[in-house]
Amino acid sequence: MTQTILEDIRAGIARRKLMDGIFAIGSLLTVLVALIVLLSLFLQLFVQGAPRLDWQFFTSFPSRDPEQAGILAAWVGSALVMLVTAFVAVPVGIAAGIYLEEYARKDWLSDLIEINVTNLAGVPSIIYGLLALGFFSRTLNLGESILTAGCTLALLILPVVIVTTRESLRAIPRGLREAAYAVGASRWQMIWDHLLPYSMGGILTGIIIGLSRAVGETAPLITIGALTFIAFLPDFSLAQPLEWLKAPFTVLPIQMFNWVSRPETDFQVNAAAAGAVLVVLTLLMNGLAIYLRYRYRQGLKW
Amino acid sequence: MVKISSTLSTQLQPKAEVQNLNFYYAGSVHALQNVNLTVYDKKVTALIGPSGCGKTTLLRCFNRMHDLYDGNRYQGTIVLQPDSVNILARRVDPIEVRMRISMVFQRPNPFPKSVYENVAYGLRVRGEKKRSLLDEKVEQALRNAALWDEVKDRLNDAGTNLSGGQQQRLCIARALATEPEILLFDEPTSALDPISTESIEKLITELKHQVTILIVTHNMQQAARISDYTAFMYLGKLVEFNQTEYLFNQPAQKETEDYVKGRFG
Repeated sequence: MTQTILEDIRAGIARRKLMDGIFAIGSLLTVLVALIVLLSLFLQLFVQGAPRLDWQFFTSFPSRDPEQAGILAAWVGSALVMLVTAFVAVPVGIAAGIYLEEYARKDWLSDLIEINVTNLAGVPSIIYGLLALGFFSRTLNLGESILTAGCTLALLILPVVIVTTRESLRAIPRGLREAAYAVGASRWQMIWDHLLPYSMGGILTGIIIGLSRAVGETAPLITIGALTFIAFLPDFSLAQPLEWLKAPFTVLPIQMFNWVSRPETDFQVNAAAAGAVLVVLTLLMNGLAIYLRYRYRQGLKW
Repeated sequence: MVKISSTLSTQLQPKAEVQNLNFYYAGSVHALQNVNLTVYDKKVTALIGPSGCGKTTLLRCFNRMHDLYDGNRYQGTIVLQPDSVNILARRVDPIEVRMRISMVFQRPNPFPKSVYENVAYGLRVRGEKKRSLLDEKVEQALRNAALWDEVKDRLNDAGTNLSGGQQQRLCIARALATEPEILLFDEPTSALDPISTESIEKLITELKHQVTILIVTHNMQQAARISDYTAFMYLGKLVEFNQTEYLFNQPAQKETEDYVKGRFG
């Protein structure tokens, strides 16, 4: 009697364990499919682009001769646009996140804003390009400049910065806020002395993830009129230190797109090399984000 | 007996008087109903009662913690002596109240900063920058919290690296550094082991010579051990308030008796 019951139990356990095993293997396979596709793509890029990845490639302007062409204008353009993007998106995004999380009353209006911010993150990037073409480029008369591009991408990543700022603030326990208030801190003192330092890891992560998305954006920049062939760098002089903001520009993904669309096969190699640079750049940025998050979390516990 | 209590009463100064206090949480939960209570100067007053009776809610009225959350509403007054200020009045800034009345929370909640900065923070928010004065006040507060000898060589270590009992004493030091008139304790030992609990209790009985203490506790023995006065609360009402020994030994109300005898709660 007891023996048969015990056997039943064992058979049941074996059956359930079998299910466990099947599911584990299935999940592993799906993970592998995703990983292998991605890795082979990267590998293809690197192998194909390898012959062009040298010093000359980074220090040359585009050229009609594939062997002479390089990404100097593109990476300088990307760097400058990112600088403007960060400069605009970081203060605005953090301030908006703080306002929504700490100051705004929790009512239908803040709910509406929250839904809209989340939705903005999902708006196709070319729509931002159209908005920027009309608003920055025409209405504000900023032209087809680095400033316009930076502001456009800043708008694009603003939702990411706002959402991660809010999430990092929300992760700080209520007890810590109350502790600060209880010794007589004002709201701003509480935010400045406590919330911001404690959430800095998360906020920085959001900024970098946002920027690494922005660095690969092409569509909105084509819409606002990024050039595809630039054989000069923005002028920089101490007399007019902000003049470069008005300069025309190109960026890495646009340069890459330009090469891909050329008929000569030699340009495809250049495209692959530029793609490899872009991938490495993005990976480095994400790696930095992970490192910063780790560094900031280390000293903090509550 | 009568003589003792009369000499006692001649020394008694009210520090805060709660008058007809009603409190509503957002969504109009009537959490405190017509509470009247006198907190005496330089005495330990304990608030006891079963979970959800409103004792923590009452405690948090004293430093306007409820103001931090939308929709909460006070009715009635808490008059702070000697200047007879109603600390619940709308025109009294909650920051002013919190500068006079400090709080120690249920779970030790030191800032993830150094021991020194934890204690100095209350002074820093007031704009104090002079290093020598900060040093002095930090040491004094840590001594008063019976923590100085344990941390004097590690003032720059993170406060969160201390043990649970030390963290709670650090929180007490943080609350003491600004020399408050009243110190609020919200079940300060419920997250601590018996040894740490004993050291906190000892500390409270020493601190009452400097500061008025109001303590919420779940633990009746604790109230009996350390408090001079005890208020028993039940379902948002203050059922009985008396000197601790009378409340425990000769309760006037049936509910109080049932609770202190352990028949419910």
